[in-house]
Amino acid sequence: MPFLELDNLTKQYGHLYAVENVSLTVEQGEFISLLGPSGCGKTTTLQMIAGFVEATAGAIRLQGRDITHAPANSRGLGIVFQSYALFPHMTVAGNVSFGLEMQKVSKAERARRVDHALTLVHLDAYADRYPRELSGGQRQRVALARALVIQPPLLLLDEPLSNLDAKLREAMQFELRNIQQQVGTTTIMVTHDQAEAFSVSDRVVVMQSGKVMQIDTPYQVYEHPATDFISRFVGKTNMIPSAPGHPQRHIRPEKLRLVAAGSGRVNATVAERFFLGSQWFYHLTSDLGELTVTIPNDGSAPQAPGTVVGVQWDEANMRTLAEGRA
Amino acid sequence: MPRNGALALTFNALVVVFMLAPLVIVCLVAFTPENTLSLPGWSWSLRWFEKVFHHPDFMTSFVNSLWLASTSATLSVALAVPSAMAITRGEFRGRGALEALFLSPLVIPHLVLGVALLQLFSHIGATGSFFWLMLAHVLIITPYAMRLLISAMTGYDRTVEHAALSLGASRWTMFVRVTLPMILPGVTGGWLLCFINSFDELTMSIFITAPSTITLPVRMYMYATESIDPMMAAVSALIVALTATTALILDRIYGLDRVLVGQR
Amino acid sequence: MMAAAKKFSPVWLTLPSLALFLVMLMTPLTLTLLLSFNEYDNMKGAVGGFTLDHYWKVISDGFYLEIFWRTLKIGLLTTLICVVVGVPEAYILSRMNRPWRSLFLMIVLTPLLVSVVVRTFGWSMLLGFEGPINQLFVALGWGKSRLLYTEGAVIAALVHVMLPFMIIPVWTSLQKLDPQVEQAALSFGASRLTAITRVVLPQIMPGILSGGLIVFGLAASSFAIPGLLGGRRLKMVATTVYDQYLHELNWPMGASIAVILLLANLVVMLTCHRVVEGQYRRRLG
Repeated sequence: MPFLELDNLTKQYGHLYAVENVSLTVEQGEFISLLGPSGCGKTTTLQMIAGFVEATAGAIRLQGRDITHAPANSRGLGIVFQSYALFPHMTVAGNVSFGLEMQKVSKAERARRVDHALTLVHLDAYADRYPRELSGGQRQRVALARALVIQPPLLLLDEPLSNLDAKLREAMQFELRNIQQQVGTTTIMVTHDQAEAFSVSDRVVVMQSGKVMQIDTPYQVYEHPATDFISRFVGKTNMIPSAPGHPQRHIRPEKLRLVAAGSGRVNATVAERFFLGSQWFYHLTSDLGELTVTIPNDGSAPQAPGTVVGVQWDEANMRTLAEGRA
Repeated sequence: MPRNGALALTFNALVVVFMLAPLVIVCLVAFTPENTLSLPGWSWSLRWFEKVFHHPDFMTSFVNSLWLASTSATLSVALAVPSAMAITRGEFRGRGALEALFLSPLVIPHLVLGVALLQLFSHIGATGSFFWLMLAHVLIITPYAMRLLISAMTGYDRTVEHAALSLGASRWTMFVRVTLPMILPGVTGGWLLCFINSFDELTMSIFITAPSTITLPVRMYMYATESIDPMMAAVSALIVALTATTALILDRIYGLDRVLVGQR
Repeated sequence: MMAAAKKFSPVWLTLPSLALFLVMLMTPLTLTLLLSFNEYDNMKGAVGGFTLDHYWKVISDGFYLEIFWRTLKIGLLTTLICVVVGVPEAYILSRMNRPWRSLFLMIVLTPLLVSVVVRTFGWSMLLGFEGPINQLFVALGWGKSRLLYTEGAVIAALVHVMLPFMIIPVWTSLQKLDPQVEQAALSFGASRLTAITRVVLPQIMPGILSGGLIVFGLAASSFAIPGLLGGRRLKMVATTVYDQYLHELNWPMGASIAVILLLANLVVMLTCHRVVEGQYRRRLG
């Protein structure tokens, strides 16, 4: 019996399918990301699991119990909202303690668990502050502590890092993963950011137009995307034309190498060059069409625009996608 | 920040003088020792205030007004909270029309409401009833509470309520522990605004008060049309003081600029 | 949309308010409308039946026409002065620095909370024969003049009471204005005045219009000010209705004037609301 099971979960608004036949099984302790562009149905799926949106069809089973139509306040799930949704009129401790009060946990026990949860997110010194006195990252951690303190079977994260600036977001990604592994709570995160999904998840569910397109480990999703769309959504890609009737072929920019003109598989002219710090980014024009290539900045001199270079790759890195599946 | 020129500052000073002059003169004349409306020179006196406190009609009306304003403000807020809640979060037919109806007393002249209610009261024999007078006040002050509460309720993050539900709170607990505290400034601000508006109301009340229920503004209006002596100034000065105090509290609780200027 | 919201149908929450508005607003207004068509007998008062006499009298009798004309004139003049004073004042306030801005805004707006009777009484003292304004005139060598019980006195007090209602919407639309837009205009070489008339003024026009409407509506139906500062001679619509109801006891006549006042108010409010919404919603969002 899987820990969490979504069975053909569907949400329909009029004639529009926001979520269509989404099926997914999650094992205990797993960290799953729902990844996709906005409007792909990932948030609606999360809200159906949380109980804020009623499923039109299908079932949600948690530990074997059907919770599809259970009221939100009886599910006992931990949720971190995109806006954090902290109670502005309660202190940090008050926020974290709220869920325990609802469970009628004794006062002494509450104090102990609140303290423990705040220590977990490194906010034990901030218990008496109010949310408005905290930074974005701190609020985010209060929201996490508040969700975890009730020891939920399942933790739901709705774009938890999207309101943080880039640097903090990266740091929080790792912290989130560390905390999740410490407490071992099964977690489902919604995000539109592939880097975020890849760095923290055990498995990624890629969604598009309300449907699940691929469920795989981050590495598999990146290296073996099931569709054109996924290939482009999770990274940059070069489409290599093939003979008519043959499937489309793809290769990622970092799998291409620049070699001396004539010694590669094809010759190309450098059209544009951008410096990204750790790497160089080239736009090339070739007989195969436009190519993008990223080359690690190993200290050697870059190619100047206008130079003719050779482009080399390993055939093993070339991906073939079934046509028409985009 | 661009700066204002001398001309602009003079203009502003004149407007300020214009706005404050009638209030200042009322407060000054209240302290006159003379029997006529005159500015106190070197000698100031509290005799007219004393006279107010010993004037049974004014005192009765003052108590009437206080009582009327507090009961009607309370009832008005009690009606406005659920209605504003339904209007801001409900998805039902006629929501816009309902909101327009609840705000409509703002665009109906109080005079018209006064004569209309006078007729209703004489039909149903409610003339002289404090209860019906209070209902009339509730009608005209509810839009103020409604407007404030609607803006307070639209301006806040509903996911906070979802958070409470996800943590196991019942709907009622959610309302009491999360929703209500968050809209509390709007509720108290609305109450005070209702209180002031009810306390000041003249035009409608003059038609529907009976000798036993005469409110302070009506009493003052009648007094002023017959005789003018410094006692009127003393009553007015007291009202200015009372209003200023309420305004200060209102400012502390909700922000006077938000109450007066509004957000929508 | 939400499961929670679906189970929670909120219409019933408005029922208590709805009941109040039905009993205290709809019913009495309907009664008054019906009353305005009742026949009137000098001895017996309203005697039922159906007649348009009262309305006919209002539009044909010089006495009532003069009152409506005076009300219209005073209302328009008050509105005009409020625009001319309130718009620059709101603009000046919005250009002030922090502590002064809120201080002066409060000084200008808080009189709104003080009873109209008190403020009118203040004006009657200011404008009195021995009052400070006349004393100023004497000091300037102009001699005393009768200021009370004139249209000027009524308009002065009306402007005092209405000015906040003008400043508030203009201030609100000024707040929404991006100050850099005005700076952009200046950067193209526009003069201060051009920047104000071509860039600022068009953007705050909805505020000016809605402020003007509120002021006109309130001024035209004002009661206490003409009652106390206009004396017996200077009747306006509201004071006339009062007389009809409480002195002449001709309720049907008073009712028809009140109905006309209400309709005029609603028509002005709604048409201009339409204009403001339609013209500016699209352009200014």
